[in-house]
Amino acid sequence: MINFDYVRATGVADAVRQIAGHPGAKFIAGGTNLIDLMKEDVERPPKLVDISRLALSGVEQTDSGGLRIGALTPNSDVAYHPLIEERYPILSSAILAGASAQLPNMASTGGNLLQRTRCHYFYDIATPCNKRTPGGGCSAIHGLNRIHAILGASDACIATHPSDMCVALAALGATVVAVGPGGERRIAFSDFHRLPGDTPDRDTNLNPDELITAIELPPEGFNRNYTYLKIRDRLSYAFALVSVAAALEIDGGVLKEARLALGGVAHKPWRDEKAEAALVGQAPGEAAFKQATDIVLRDAKGLAHNAFKIDLARRAIVRALTQAANGTPQIQADKKIR
Amino acid sequence: MEFDSSPSGALPKTKAPEKLQIAITVNGVRTQREVAPWTTLLDFLRDHLDLTGTKKGCDHGQCGACTVLVDGQRINACLTLAVMKDGASVTTIEGLAVNGSLHPLQQAFIDHDAFQCGYCTPGQICSAAGMIREGKAQSPAEIRELMSGNICRCGAYPNIVAAIQQAMAQS
Repeated sequence: MINFDYVRATGVADAVRQIAGHPGAKFIAGGTNLIDLMKEDVERPPKLVDISRLALSGVEQTDSGGLRIGALTPNSDVAYHPLIEERYPILSSAILAGASAQLPNMASTGGNLLQRTRCHYFYDIATPCNKRTPGGGCSAIHGLNRIHAILGASDACIATHPSDMCVALAALGATVVAVGPGGERRIAFSDFHRLPGDTPDRDTNLNPDELITAIELPPEGFNRNYTYLKIRDRLSYAFALVSVAAALEIDGGVLKEARLALGGVAHKPWRDEKAEAALVGQAPGEAAFKQATDIVLRDAKGLAHNAFKIDLARRAIVRALTQAANGTPQIQADKKIR
Repeated sequence: MEFDSSPSGALPKTKAPEKLQIAITVNGVRTQREVAPWTTLLDFLRDHLDLTGTKKGCDHGQCGACTVLVDGQRINACLTLAVMKDGASVTTIEGLAVNGSLHPLQQAFIDHDAFQCGYCTPGQICSAAGMIREGKAQSPAEIRELMSGNICRCGAYPNIVAAIQQAMAQS
């Protein structure tokens, strides 16, 4: 880890001011990903601005009937919050599917959105990586790419986004609230993370001098018909090979609304609104679910080692939609997939 | 002191910042020290306070050997900076016994032979103490899931689960 300056922000405006004019300076909240990356010399910020003491924690109801989650609320507090458990159980489930129990006690909600990929080559500074050093080349495309993207990748980068929480937030249609030198702005969740294109060094559309202050959830939480199904190499504490957030609204035996987002398959949480639209008006069942799956995976592309993810995703989507339709969500401590 | 912080020399030279004064209550004792900002809580406990019960395993938050309780909550001491915990109250494995009597989890780990080499044990016990306080684990499956951040290289998992069940029944 390099040596760095450390300052403690006294407020949101002070935090933004402390970052401005300091290229490479970073906010630190939970630190669970940033400190790890600093130990690996992947991140080398000359200055850290500690925002962990700012008053940005807590969950409160919004005027529109949704919820506002403060950016510094620890992931575990979100997962176990009574209003989240009751109204947005897909978000609780996704958080509980991720990491260990220790990490979510530290990790912040805003920080979860800003996690970097766990691509082996991104972490290994002895190998070229366009995300770490733009223009250096991608070691994964012709390397070991079993964990990499099957959707939305580019010739420059095939990394995946590691978060489980973000897959549920994508399905729910959350909004990110951020403050920068120019004031506050609101970013739709689908516009927050980026596809790699030829600038894979940029994970998100957040500017370096902007601070996430809150995540807002819309009123509809899909608390009857939902699931978060995560498939990984070991049963706990591993990143998703494929994960599926499925949320349905069923009325009179017909799908009235559908939400479908995937993790572990792309550079960003992969929500497919065309597949969602195709489900609406149909009777929940294998025929409709397979049709939606074909739409999600219409442009899927496998490489030397990750082509298995296409079939895995196909089965996981159908299984997740079935779990959601039946009202039998995956329980994260239950390792049987039913 | 001026020094080059990057192995390749690609980054501009940075100046070593001043050490910062922090006060952390560790196992009930308020301790004041000057630390460099890049000192992790784990290194602070082991190298500055000589509390070597908390172990450094992977140093990347993957093994759980460094688990301690900060303001009652279990966290990985390797993934937080000591300066960020200024003012906090930390409990390590050395602080669990009261007046020479083992903590119920310590006794249960002995009763159930819940270790072999013992390197992961301080982290396992602190993590289990945090989990019992959280109150979310009831069944063995839930204990296994919520203890998944603590790896035991010797594979003592069945005995660890049995020990935690015994301590949970007593709490």
